[in-house]
Amino acid sequence: METKVAATDFLAQILSVPGGETLRKCIQCGTCTASCPNADSMDYTPSELIAMVRAGMREEVLSSKAPWYCLSCYMCTVRCPRGVKQTDLMHVIAFMAVRAGKVPATSLTPTMYRLFNHYCSMGSLPEMLFMARFYLQTNPLRAWRLMPVAVNLLKRGRLGVKTRKLSPAGAIQLRTILAEAKSLGGGS
Amino acid sequence: MKQYTYFPGCSCSSEGGARAYNWSIGAVSQVVEAELLELEDWSCCGSTPSGAVDELGAFCLAARDLALAEKTGRDLVTPCSACYVIFNRANAYFRDYPNLKKDVDKALAAGGLKYAGTVKVRHILDVLTTDIGYDTIKEKVKKNLNGLKVAPYYGCQVVRPGFGFDDPENPQSLEKLISALGGEATSFPLKTRCCGGSLIISEEDLALDLSHKLLESASLNGAECLITVCPLCQTNLDAYQGRVNRKFKTQYKMPILFFTQLVGFALGVDSRALGLQTNIVPPVNALNHAGAAKARDASSSETEP
Repeated sequence: METKVAATDFLAQILSVPGGETLRKCIQCGTCTASCPNADSMDYTPSELIAMVRAGMREEVLSSKAPWYCLSCYMCTVRCPRGVKQTDLMHVIAFMAVRAGKVPATSLTPTMYRLFNHYCSMGSLPEMLFMARFYLQTNPLRAWRLMPVAVNLLKRGRLGVKTRKLSPAGAIQLRTILAEAKSLGGGS
Repeated sequence: MKQYTYFPGCSCSSEGGARAYNWSIGAVSQVVEAELLELEDWSCCGSTPSGAVDELGAFCLAARDLALAEKTGRDLVTPCSACYVIFNRANAYFRDYPNLKKDVDKALAAGGLKYAGTVKVRHILDVLTTDIGYDTIKEKVKKNLNGLKVAPYYGCQVVRPGFGFDDPENPQSLEKLISALGGEATSFPLKTRCCGGSLIISEEDLALDLSHKLLESASLNGAECLITVCPLCQTNLDAYQGRVNRKFKTQYKMPILFFTQLVGFALGVDSRALGLQTNIVPPVNALNHAGAAKARDASSSETEP
């Protein structure tokens, strides 16, 4: 019975997140999976994930690599004959996995997304800093292999070291808004 | 002159890697007489990553910009497909989920802002093709592309999940635009397939596979260059083309242009003002080839009896 209670909770939780409720309409036709450019690299396909959410398989869903392989190309969403917002559902699962501390260690995407969000929350993404920090944090060797890409971008004046900054008032405003969002249950 | 509020986004800002997109938009908008007024003190839209790690925070990031834009009373125009989806999606969610909107309103109020939800968010491709129109652009062409074969690449988010102006799987606006400039849009079956997006950073192999398929399709269909409407697509296909060649033992040298660079070229804008020197695979030969072919045609018709 324990499992059943937990299962219901998990499904209810997903249904309560904006966009999550659309999974009720899924008829398991598999169109989303057939349309996904990355489905063959996922441990569970998009349609399987929906079935698993319905079955209350919380652990398996939250620790799945699939949401982190989603490209947000929205092909599944536009093709779904039932109006399931599959891409948004992938984001919901990703977000819940972050909250639950369940992100899969085998994908570097969660680290990349968190770092991206860290910079966005300060107002703007400094591309060079972001990339450098990501590679140093995850795999410095890869940074070395990507040197030719970086050098080309630098040579063409496309990797600026200068970072765009908000006005002091704008920065405070953004910080205040995000702090309030956090107190309302946001934050990562 | 019609006015718009302009949101370049991080990549297309003057500090970003796609600054040439910004320059070419500035140059083209001057020629076609559309006034783009940059939103003051804008902040990052949050893009996909923020929404996947902090849902409410991400909606608030988008809401701040939308609230600032609402004060201007004009349409909000962005050249970035990711910003375009994020803002439109935020508008739709604020309309459909009142509880979410209530939380966002509270957060905005803490920063002295409010958002009624009235901002119309548009992509620069929509503005140039719908508001300015193909005919106006055609009238202003100074350097006819003379049959240059161009692969029209849309990518994902400008047409999906679909906020308006073109078909989600078989859009036509770039094709019509290329024709208006005197070029020939090649058949490009993968024109709305994904380039790999930001996974180029975290899952490079997966993303290179996707970019490879696009370059292969464009190349097999005879394209002499490819145009994009998104800063990330341009970076993946251009800056990582060498990585694709290395991985798949291919020899692609496909110039990847922001579509406004091609428009600007045809409208007679100076190549430096379009930032053509910032493209990794040099596009100048392909473009000049179009011009040279024209000169050749002209001289051969002169010598004909």
